[in-house]
Amino acid sequence: MSQNPPALFAAREPIFPRRVSGTFRRLKWLILFVTLGIYYVTPWLRWDRGPNLPDQAVLVDLANRRFHFFWIEIWPHEFYFVAGLLIMAGLGLFLFTSALGRVWCGYACPQTVWSDLFMTVERWIEGDRNARIRLHKAPWDVRKWRLRLSKWALWLAIAVATGGAWVFYFADAPTLARDLITLDAAPVAYVTIGVLTATTFVFGGFMREQVCIYMCPWPRIQGAMMDPGTLTVGYRDWRGEPRGKGGVKRQQAAAEAIGRGDAVARYGVAVDKNAAGTRQARTGEALGDCIDCHACVAVCPMGIDIREGQQMECITCALCIDACDDVMARIGRPRGLIDYLALDDRPPTVPGDRAAVAGLAEAPAGHVAGATQPAWQPKPLWQHVFRPRTLVYTCAWAAIGVLLVVALFVRPEIDMTIAPVRNPTFVTLSDGSIRNAYDVRLRNKHGEARQFQLSLVADGDLRLMLEGGPGRSVEVPADATRLQRVYVIAPPQDPAATGQRSDLRFWVEDTVSGERAYGDTIFNGKDSADARHANAG
Amino acid sequence: MTDTRKIDPATNTETTGHSWDGIEELNTPLPRWWLWTFYATIVWGVIYTILYPAWPLVPGATAGLLGYSTRAEVAAEIERVALSNADLERRLTSVDLTALQDDEPLHRFAVQAGRSVFAANCSQCHGAGAGGVVASGYPNLLDDDWLWGGSIDDIAYTVRHGIRNEEDPDTRFSEMPPFDWMDRSEQDAIAHFVRSLSDLAHDPVAADTGAGLFADNCSSCHGEAGQGDRTLGAPNLADAIWLRGSSHEAILRQLGTPRMGVMPAWQARLGEADVRAVAAYVHGLGGGEATAADPSAPAPAPASTAAPAPAPAAADDPAR
Ligand code: SF4
Ligand code: SF4
Repeated sequence: MSQNPPALFAAREPIFPRRVSGTFRRLKWLILFVTLGIYYVTPWLRWDRGPNLPDQAVLVDLANRRFHFFWIEIWPHEFYFVAGLLIMAGLGLFLFTSALGRVWCGYACPQTVWSDLFMTVERWIEGDRNARIRLHKAPWDVRKWRLRLSKWALWLAIAVATGGAWVFYFADAPTLARDLITLDAAPVAYVTIGVLTATTFVFGGFMREQVCIYMCPWPRIQGAMMDPGTLTVGYRDWRGEPRGKGGVKRQQAAAEAIGRGDAVARYGVAVDKNAAGTRQARTGEALGDCIDCHACVAVCPMGIDIREGQQMECITCALCIDACDDVMARIGRPRGLIDYLALDDRPPTVPGDRAAVAGLAEAPAGHVAGATQPAWQPKPLWQHVFRPRTLVYTCAWAAIGVLLVVALFVRPEIDMTIAPVRNPTFVTLSDGSIRNAYDVRLRNKHGEARQFQLSLVADGDLRLMLEGGPGRSVEVPADATRLQRVYVIAPPQDPAATGQRSDLRFWVEDTVSGERAYGDTIFNGKDSADARHANAG
Repeated sequence: MTDTRKIDPATNTETTGHSWDGIEELNTPLPRWWLWTFYATIVWGVIYTILYPAWPLVPGATAGLLGYSTRAEVAAEIERVALSNADLERRLTSVDLTALQDDEPLHRFAVQAGRSVFAANCSQCHGAGAGGVVASGYPNLLDDDWLWGGSIDDIAYTVRHGIRNEEDPDTRFSEMPPFDWMDRSEQDAIAHFVRSLSDLAHDPVAADTGAGLFADNCSSCHGEAGQGDRTLGAPNLADAIWLRGSSHEAILRQLGTPRMGVMPAWQARLGEADVRAVAAYVHGLGGGEATAADPSAPAPAPASTAAPAPAPAAADDPAR
């Protein structure tokens, strides 16, 4: 160890992830294309809502405080839908994390997706790992400048497109696109694009894993949501250790080994297409399956060695699995030395006890020969995914989802809220009758103006009157809220007028569609003031 | 020093030497970009305090090189709004108030402006909700009882010149003389009679006596039937609204030592446009009356004739 105290601040260690191909890499490509595709295409989908409403399928209309999502329209007072979706997103995160670890980080997180895209560009321009390391060390000559500048230019183009796509969710996309080009768009659009361009460029191009490790809270939170039964990317040290270079000592168990079935094919200790056997170093000591080729380290975008055990930095992107599976295939070993595995799912041996693990290899072989049960069988994958914990999450998640869908279908197209005017609570008129005032908000969610008829249900002889005219109906413009002051008058001797408070129900009816809605409120009588004073006293 | 250093065997990283519940903290260096970011925020902070008002001094704060000031921004904003309203305001000062409702944008502007004028100048006496204060005799502006008339022109006149405001020659003036020279029994009789006018509990025999006394002494202002006279500002004694209370004692008090409210004249202070605006607002509160001269006006049913709907303005605001 160095005798000097460690530096307080450390420079980022550059990471040059190598290209890799395999199942998980293909899955990542697929998710990358799908998510980016959704992100870029969505604002351009059109949806005909009639003449007065925007034609954009997904639109966050901040100016009019509306959220349009295909046929669904969310008004500000229906924010509980958004709250419900957020709760579902939270529970979904619990569910996926407890079943499959940090799959969000590895596959769907924008930071991962854009970093991946930027790395692809980097590899395309500067070459794969070794070429990039050479370029990194090379002096800044013309070639290096050329490569770097073209890489940065491409990055910048992607970053601008990223920020540019975002603003289209908040305004009519074709109009905004034209305005952006002719420099007529609102300053906030340019500022948003600028900020998102800068963050995408810096985070995706230069900071990458630093964002995940130092800036993002999810790794800490998600780590806390995992348990030993969670499937996460790990290294089967009991199979791989001791690692080292060496040859395979062939044995005669080939046929039986292959016959051992799925569990061994997946977790097999010593299975080969042609022959089974244990590896041996030249010195003769027994070796595990890891040939210490560092392929898993070279491909890791986080720059870690998964063989050291689970680490906070690991985003479970599974690229190391692809890399190692490739190596295993080439040396004639079963895949899965690095794999999605649960920490509690390992043979009951002392880690690194080669003899015990080797003994394990014997047992299943004997099983095939019809002798004994295998000493240890890994749990099937589905048992890791479907556990009580994940089932509870799924039920809660689904329950909220069902509630939201039901709420979506039962919510009325017209809507009313009533606020009694409390200053003053009532007014005495010259003939002695008592008048209460109410602020009634009428919401018309239709695409055209509607006539709303108001009526009143109450005990006694109460009279309803609208401010502004003798009629009982109000026109509410298309897709708008109208505030209407309403008076209710009780004749002098009516119990409602002389009492404290009585119940009242307003009905509103859409004269075109016949839809109705009601709201309950109270009528304050003469005594309400005295009662209040009495209570206060 | 080297002796005290501890290395964590699993990570080969030095620990800080602090231990909590047996867990020791690794002494991992911070990333350098973090340090740069920290320096950048310091530089940003210094530049910001130079450009913008920042450092508190005894008489104020440093002004900043950009000369930025929120106060100036507000002033500019007010000026901008005033400029954009100048036309509406000019029209408001000349429009015929009874026809105001026909000019929708102007009417909306007047009611909105009147709302703030009322909140700033009138609510102290008449209450924020314009419900008045019975205990102090500040009239309720929401009901349908008006001492001096409840048409929009009447209201505007009252606001303009005030009531019993001696500095304004055009002010409205009424005076209830004290009847303390009467016998106590006569005063009682009048009070019983007055209460009988609006069907309140009373002694019919005394009220009979009171009727004669009322006809002799009170009817010149309050009318034969006690219905008041708006041209004189004499209150209607036959309705259910009592500015200073309807109890026998309250009526006696008003008879012996009458109290009469004073309202300032707002013309000079508010200017014509604001006077008209607040008149439009008050008229729309639910008690306003149509102009008496207007034959097409419906019967004075409360609220139905007045009450320009503030709703169209609200329709522009979907969040509400
Ligand atoms: S890729 Fe597999 S074999 Fe190579 S070092 Fe990693 S774990 Fe060992
Ligand atoms: S160790 Fe690296 S490559 Fe493997 S899953 Fe974790 S982050 Fe991905």
